[in-house]
Amino acid sequence: MKMHRLIGAAAIVAASISLTLVANAGTVSYQIVDDGIPKSLTGTAGNAQAGRKVAYNRKTGNCLACHKAPIPEQQFHGEIGPDLKGVASRYSEAELRLRIVDSKKTNSDTIMPAFYRDTGFTRLQKKWVGKSILKAQEVEDLLAYLMTLK
Amino acid sequence: MKMRQLLLALTFATTGTLAVTGLGLGLVIGQTTAAKAEGIRSGYSYATKETQGLQDDDMSNPGYLWVDTGEDLWSKAEGDAGKSCNDCHGDAAESMKKAGVSYPKYKDDIGKLQNIEQRINQCRTDNMKAKAWKWESSQLLGMTTYVRNQSRGLPVSVAVDGPAAPFFAKGEAFFNQRRGLLDMACKHCHEDNAGNKIRANVLSEGQINGFPVYRLKWGKVGSTHRRFRGCNKQVRAKPFKNGSDEYVNLELYVAWRGRGLGVETPAVRN
Ligand code: HEC
Ligand code: HEC
Repeated sequence: MKMHRLIGAAAIVAASISLTLVANAGTVSYQIVDDGIPKSLTGTAGNAQAGRKVAYNRKTGNCLACHKAPIPEQQFHGEIGPDLKGVASRYSEAELRLRIVDSKKTNSDTIMPAFYRDTGFTRLQKKWVGKSILKAQEVEDLLAYLMTLK
Repeated sequence: MKMRQLLLALTFATTGTLAVTGLGLGLVIGQTTAAKAEGIRSGYSYATKETQGLQDDDMSNPGYLWVDTGEDLWSKAEGDAGKSCNDCHGDAAESMKKAGVSYPKYKDDIGKLQNIEQRINQCRTDNMKAKAWKWESSQLLGMTTYVRNQSRGLPVSVAVDGPAAPFFAKGEAFFNQRRGLLDMACKHCHEDNAGNKIRANVLSEGQINGFPVYRLKWGKVGSTHRRFRGCNKQVRAKPFKNGSDEYVNLELYVAWRGRGLGVETPAVRN
């Protein structure tokens, strides 16, 4: 059975129990359960220190473009999204994982990019074809950092 | 207050375009060059005081170098017809006044929209028998800036009905279409988040009433389409070509979003 048919079948079964299986060409597949992705994308625990860097590095997460966060040594925090301070008290790890992986799954009109999606784009620049903004382990590192923001 | 700005202030006061609120001289000067239409704000109103100051004073506004270039070219005969712009159009202050507020426009002979750069180049190839100027060349930027400068302070007013309607609709669809790896549409930044900071930059409404603008980051004047390309690239989308139908349609929609704003060319932006 071809992969996409397997996914299709899984999605039909899944729909009834509020679970969707998503698979992208260059990214690992994951399951959405209710409002989150409960399982780690990599199985390797995230590193909060590395994740903090992903949050401010303009070439990777650049979350500070839109969010304030307790990263005082970095100048210029954006004011487009909510402050990330205290975000771990508002959301579970699974919910945060979904919001980083593909925030459009929770709000189809959001400006926030899907950080772990590699298909479905319009006029993508060649060098990004088949790529997601973040790699799976970067997502897990970022999550480990967000979970420290109680 | 400079003579030109004083005149503009008087014009607005008498036509009622500018509600005089007595907020002090500094602001009044600003609003003369950035006339505020109902609920619509020019990029000027989001700029820093320093940047606004550069724009307000014609002597320190670096964009005037391009106005001067255009003015020189206006009376220069070029091409096989041996004619200059001036030979056909005379005094630009009179003949070009309306041009700056009304492009892009639907043109019967080409069956689509034409923007001001394209109109200038059509005059060169058809009427002067001269070569079209390259997009972003100092000549085309100079002439575009000079022509639009003749409309400074007049409210942007483009036709979007009749034969222009289907092109306008395409421009609107472009504005609302997500693009690139960041998957954002123009509207996400310039409609939903105007006034909010994106890292160090304050997002404006993405209006084009000041174009061609002198951008400090570019260190020169640049066209509307250069700006569109930049905004497309920053969301990691493949930009369209300068002068492409897609951008001319988009330009009409964006001009319409800023209807009523005073032309500021050459505006100064970060
Ligand atoms: C271009 C803007 C933008 C970028 C970049 C961005 N976000 Fe967001 N984010 C938003 C907006 C706007 C919201 C508000 C909710 C919505 O739109 O769905 C949001 C919501 C969130 C939420 C939910 C917070 C709450 O309190 O409800 C989390 C968590 C989050 N973002 C994390 C991140 C992380 C981590 C990054 C970087 C990897 C990031 N965001 C990058 C715009 C952005
Ligand atoms: C990721 C956010 C983002 C997106 C999406 C975006 N822009 Fe921009 N745009 C900016 C920033 C930042 C600036 C510079 C500050 C400002 O004027 O908003 C800017 C400036 C502009 C300006 C100059 C405004 C002035 O007064 O000088 C125009 C015009 C513009 N954008 C049009 C567009 C159009 C049309 C699109 C879609 C094709 C678009 N933008 C998409 C971020 C964006």
